[in-house]
Amino acid sequence: MCLAIPARIVELLAGDQCRVELGGVRKEISLALVDGAAVGDYVIVHVGYALTRLDPEEAAQTLALIADAGIDPARALGGEHPALGAAR
Amino acid sequence: MKYVDEFRDGALATGLARALAREVDPGRDYAFMEFCGGHTHAISRYGVADLLPPNVRMIHGPGCPVCVLPIGRVDMAIGLALARPEVILCSYGDCLRVPASDGLSLLKAKARGADVRMVYSAADALALAVREPAREVVFFAIGFETTTPPTALVLREAATRRLANFSVICNHVLTPPAITAILDSPAASRLGALHLDGFIGPAHVSTLIGSRPYEAFAARYRKPVVIAGFEPLDVMQAIRMLVRQVDTGRAEVENEFTRAVVRDGNPKAQAIVSEVLALRDEFEWRGLGVLARSALRIRPAFAPWDAEAKFGLDYRPVPDHRACECGAILRGVKKPTDCKLFGTVCTPETPMGSCMVSSEGACAAHYNYGRFRDVPVHVVGTSAPPNPDQETA
Ligand code: SF4
Repeated sequence: MCLAIPARIVELLAGDQCRVELGGVRKEISLALVDGAAVGDYVIVHVGYALTRLDPEEAAQTLALIADAGIDPARALGGEHPALGAAR
Repeated sequence: MKYVDEFRDGALATGLARALAREVDPGRDYAFMEFCGGHTHAISRYGVADLLPPNVRMIHGPGCPVCVLPIGRVDMAIGLALARPEVILCSYGDCLRVPASDGLSLLKAKARGADVRMVYSAADALALAVREPAREVVFFAIGFETTTPPTALVLREAATRRLANFSVICNHVLTPPAITAILDSPAASRLGALHLDGFIGPAHVSTLIGSRPYEAFAARYRKPVVIAGFEPLDVMQAIRMLVRQVDTGRAEVENEFTRAVVRDGNPKAQAIVSEVLALRDEFEWRGLGVLARSALRIRPAFAPWDAEAKFGLDYRPVPDHRACECGAILRGVKKPTDCKLFGTVCTPETPMGSCMVSSEGACAAHYNYGRFRDVPVHVVGTSAPPNPDQETA
């Protein structure tokens, strides 16, 4: 029951509610715990409530760090790991 | 799905696995505990353990809210629901199957006539009370810091609306005291010494409490903590960060989940929780025993919505099933396969202990995704007994 998923806000509704989309499914959830969320933002949804907003820049940086791990310094000739392009 | 699929990418995982293999010190062993059930689930489901170097071992921690809920608290809810026909007892799905006393669970109590219902969110429980004004709707609230703010919100709303037929049995528990208890309590050391080099800090709990609460802990016990997201790449990257800390002799709080966690957490949610809920002096945890200042109760201002006060409910502690090793498993000193009941008497369909109930429990995660790793391969035609769990093709 700890599982929670990032979902995109597609519509703001009355009373701190909003509609999110995840994997093609739309669902109404509460925004009462986060301030200033807007349509297009990604939020982490847990038991019907958004817990926090996702920071897209931080997500990209973490992925870039992870992709860098795939480069073996002993063999690398420099340049980007091919998987990084796919992930972006 | 964005922010999910990228963090499950197989090619990136292979790269991370290679990096880890390159970076670990072959001359030492590493043992890390993932505190949170969400991480246990991710590690089992995506086979993260198989991608780790052999000298890096992951130990499941107690961060599954269903697993740490003591039998006595479930008994309290079952007793109330059976004794008072006007009560509609509602809770999250996982809670309903937790084995309690007398072979009962909330679900089995329902079969005996109690009105027990599953809700997806605390808001659903409140809405039910509005729809059923002639009934008493009692929400059995469980969980760590992630599910606590929704409970606080509905309590505040019930008070604002003067909704007299809604109340909550508050079982919310706190993460930092549980981590401390694993290293600190005399009870833990009785169960055998647990060697730990560091912790993977919870993902979503930390979105709310931030990374700051772990700082004193890391400094005091000289154990590194790396907060990680729930996807397999997050977990692997966090393990890499832990290995680096161990190798360089650091014990700091680091954050791999920067896309969702900041140092101070979510102040809006924290304010709502502290307005409605306060620390309990002590609370019994399944597997960890009674821990001081480790759980929350409803503030006196909200007493009319506190089911424990409203119905005069008393907590009576109940010992676990004799053979169940959940206690030792939750502390990380035993593995699910060390339990005699694992996979035979105790399965997700017929759980004997709470670790088998939720998919985030160590026993259920191992049963669903990992158990065949430990089962010796039988050659067809030998006299070895067939594995009863294996489906015939
Ligand atoms: S297998 Fe079942 S009985 Fe054994 S420790 Fe796990 S939950 Fe308890």
